[in-house]
Amino acid sequence: MYFFAPDFNQITRKMSEIAQKVTSIIIDKLGVEESEVTAEASFTNDLGADSLDTVELIMEFEKEFNISIPDDQAENIGTVGQAITYLDANVK
Amino acid sequence: MELKRVVVTGIGALTPLGNTKDEYWKALAEGVSGAARITRFDAEKFKTQFACEVKNFDPLDFLDRKESRKMDLGTQFAMVAGDEAVVDSGLDLEKIDKNKVGVIWGSGIGGMITFQNEYTGYVEGDGTPKFNPFFIPKMISDITPGMLSIKYGFRGPNYATVSACASSNHALMDAFTYIRLGKAIAILAGGSEAGICKAGVGGFNAMKALSERNDSPEIASRPYDKDRDGFVLGEGAGGLILEDLDHAKARGAKIYAEVLGAGMSGDAYHMTAPHPEGLGIELVLTNALEDAHLKPEDVDYVNTHGTSTPLGDSGEIKAIQNILGDHASKVNISSTKSMTGHLLGAAGAAEGIATILAIEKGIIPPTINHFTDDPAIDPALNLTFNKAQNREVNVAISNTFGFGGHNASVILGKYSG
Repeated sequence: MYFFAPDFNQITRKMSEIAQKVTSIIIDKLGVEESEVTAEASFTNDLGADSLDTVELIMEFEKEFNISIPDDQAENIGTVGQAITYLDANVK
Repeated sequence: MELKRVVVTGIGALTPLGNTKDEYWKALAEGVSGAARITRFDAEKFKTQFACEVKNFDPLDFLDRKESRKMDLGTQFAMVAGDEAVVDSGLDLEKIDKNKVGVIWGSGIGGMITFQNEYTGYVEGDGTPKFNPFFIPKMISDITPGMLSIKYGFRGPNYATVSACASSNHALMDAFTYIRLGKAIAILAGGSEAGICKAGVGGFNAMKALSERNDSPEIASRPYDKDRDGFVLGEGAGGLILEDLDHAKARGAKIYAEVLGAGMSGDAYHMTAPHPEGLGIELVLTNALEDAHLKPEDVDYVNTHGTSTPLGDSGEIKAIQNILGDHASKVNISSTKSMTGHLLGAAGAAEGIATILAIEKGIIPPTINHFTDDPAIDPALNLTFNKAQNREVNVAISNTFGFGGHNASVILGKYSG
């Protein structure tokens, strides 16, 4: 029924807001250009992050989106796209 | 074994008086004060509301954002002063054997601002421990020589010296020793400190160590003046390239001065108070002169520790008189802390540089802010009050003493072939 149909417009906006914030955090923390921050880009292989940078990124995501990302979940967030997908699914 | 001779071939300075070696020297020779009201934080509630801050410093002028964010302010200072020294030395980084080039660097405290800010962030939260992964590596004082070595690929001796306000003199003398022994051909040595923050000012205030002359900061640091009321907190960095003389000569390097000797001692007396008879200071001066094979009569200039504290200043002067004897009244004595404030762990480097430039230029930088003689200090002494004096300097001593009773003196001399 129309009443229960998901609001695609709303979801898209939420995801793009998340993507925007994620991108600006990555630019700030890793000192990279916006053009490098693609969905497939790996923090360590493509964006020059070391293990501490990666920990810091996760912490920044937690702070920005006011959530807690458990360590076993954080281990699976290795690319920009994975971060956006995870946050989209978990941010209220 | 025969000891190598060691010379200074590169200098870099980032100080409350100027952000390069040349600006620093110009202000020293002109007798300028680096003190002003604190700008880094709101000091309204603090007993002391002024300090000698480094001015017009933007780390992004020197470091990229990612790099600079991972460094405490003190390390940022070090990267700038260290680079000036490396560039100034003219060392060919492509040709030199980097396995024989070290970095030995002092800081009295380490990343105090980093500690303060990270911990504040924690206590202001809900108690969940969320510390930045760079908190520890940014804070620890040995990270600075580590970061400098990474920048240049210097793989020789690499560590930090920590002896409060004597830290960078210990760095200089360790560098001197390793080169002397043939363990390194060159060492980037010096120190940095960035302790002007709430924790730093509040902590030193609690000790009653700082001047509280808030109405006139620029005349607060007044070593040897009767009305001195404590030191003025400073910050910054000094870097020197110490080099094996043979290596320096072979590459046609500019030689600023020779390191002639160094001495160390401990007071074994009190946590923070200097020995009342200056025994540790007498010992360090004796050790340094002996190490340099020099006699008291050879000394032309003493750049003192002279922090502008009531007890410290007079104790050091008594010790100098006891060791130099009749010659004491013939030397120039000055405390450049009257201008720079107290750079703590960077003091030895900053004052070593002042001493070397005094040798190079034939000018003794003054002890500014002298208004009233202190009856406890012999008026026969030439404390180079208020105005620089011209003097040929062949041999000079740079003194530093740290809380804990650590005394370290370096003897520098004109290089004369």
